[in-house]
Amino acid sequence: MKIINEHGFRCDGRKAQQIRNISAQLGMDASSEGAAYLVQGNTQVICHVYGPHEATQRSRMQDDRCFINCQYERFLKSRSKKQNNMKKRTGKDRKSGDVERLVEKTFETAVFTTNFPRSQIDIHLMVTFKEDGSLLSTCINAATLALCDAGIPMKGVVSATTCGIAEGTVICDLNNREENDLVPRITLATISGRDECVLVELQNRVHVAHLPNLLNTGKAMCLAVHECLHTAIRDHLLHTIPIS
Amino acid sequence: MNHLAADVPSISNTRLFGDIDRGIQADKLVIPGLPVSQLSGFMRGHGTYLRGDELYSSLAGAVRQVNRLINVQSVKQRYSPEIGDVVVGSITEVQEKRWKVDICGRLDAHLQLASVNLPGGELRRKTTEDELAMRDYLVEGDFISAEVQQVHHDGSIFLHTRSLKYGKLGIGVAVRVPSYLIKRRKTHFHALPCGAGLIIGCNGMIWICEQISEDPDGGYNIDLNQHVPASNMKVISRLFNCINVLANHGIHIFETSVMNCYDFSSAYETKDLMRSDVAAEVAAQVIQQLRADIMDES
Repeated sequence: MKIINEHGFRCDGRKAQQIRNISAQLGMDASSEGAAYLVQGNTQVICHVYGPHEATQRSRMQDDRCFINCQYERFLKSRSKKQNNMKKRTGKDRKSGDVERLVEKTFETAVFTTNFPRSQIDIHLMVTFKEDGSLLSTCINAATLALCDAGIPMKGVVSATTCGIAEGTVICDLNNREENDLVPRITLATISGRDECVLVELQNRVHVAHLPNLLNTGKAMCLAVHECLHTAIRDHLLHTIPIS
Repeated sequence: MNHLAADVPSISNTRLFGDIDRGIQADKLVIPGLPVSQLSGFMRGHGTYLRGDELYSSLAGAVRQVNRLINVQSVKQRYSPEIGDVVVGSITEVQEKRWKVDICGRLDAHLQLASVNLPGGELRRKTTEDELAMRDYLVEGDFISAEVQQVHHDGSIFLHTRSLKYGKLGIGVAVRVPSYLIKRRKTHFHALPCGAGLIIGCNGMIWICEQISEDPDGGYNIDLNQHVPASNMKVISRLFNCINVLANHGIHIFETSVMNCYDFSSAYETKDLMRSDVAAEVAAQVIQQLRADIMDES
């Protein structure tokens, strides 16, 4: 299967360097400090942020800063229709553990953790049935929105995208059908769309000659995502100031 | 709460009143990582950080300037205590000479044995016997009202209950609302005309009870098996729903708004306040009334 067809379009009708539609909703749940629901194309992520609060995992508590604890859940459709149409997979696979560690590391750089000594920030991520590629970057984008909503100080809004190389051209914001074992792909996260990367994650092998091009396009796309997130947060702020 | 993946979040209730004036200019709003001011010579306040020579915002909220000090005030935030705040919290741990209290803040607060009034009234040094009897006074899960006495630089908080107003809370209902909705007032203890007592903790915990007591024993000897008359129960549950209506629609919570909401809700049954259409109706009336009050004052 060719990823980019002879007319220059990808299987979902996008151009090579075009991100999918982003729509976001913030603060839809009052029981957590911050909440966000992000839809990027067909990938949907719900994120809840709790904290900073008293550290419950005492072994990870630090005296000069807070630590970030991420939990990631994926809902899968049950095979048989007779059962409940929803079944949570028990236990954790390697992939979800990876996502958790990467999200924690990313936000430990972005959040001013030293403002909250001896406490903990929880980030709960949930991927709904609708899952269509670029999962890590969607999770990071959802988590930033939720952290913004929770009023946790950060160096900037972290925006992330996944880029890959197919037939020598850089493609952005990959979907499930493009995320195969042959396409080398890189997930980049930058702060405020600036030239500061907080996360670089490479899957499969990429030729060194492609790397500069891949990184530059990735950063440009992070800026584009940042614009979308910016609009979503501003719009939300206008609606949350208490009425008196 | 059980968050099922299937229920896609609906539009939040605060959006219902989207076009209402909230006293904020849109051009003052910033998100983290945006420059707050290009000019140098400003002092760095809350919610800002220096990057090179420029001030950048670290929070999502409104920029405020007081003379040369610039700060960014976030809309939502976890409760950050200030000295003198009235808080309602629950005991999480009994430690040596102190209790740990969950006040929905960044860290659990400390309540020293030395800063409580024990039954008997007289002020005295606390002895080893008192230390051993700590669990008789407060155990894990008990609700207390207290005042913030000290806030240390490292974020640790100390409470005191050295007044007859404060102490262990007896029979009542606790409601947790986001703390940014609480308006700081002169008094946070209210005996409402509808026949109930209300303690509005600055930390977002609200305690509804039959009446505010000034028990000389500090509330440690209250019989928790007392019978509460059905009429009082009804008032308490209506207040509970009213506070939830206010919180869900992003309206400031203070005695006037609660009373207004209670009055407007009387047209409906208590259980109907949980319906979103009724709640929106009541909330709209409350907002109208609050706006009218502001107009009258000015």
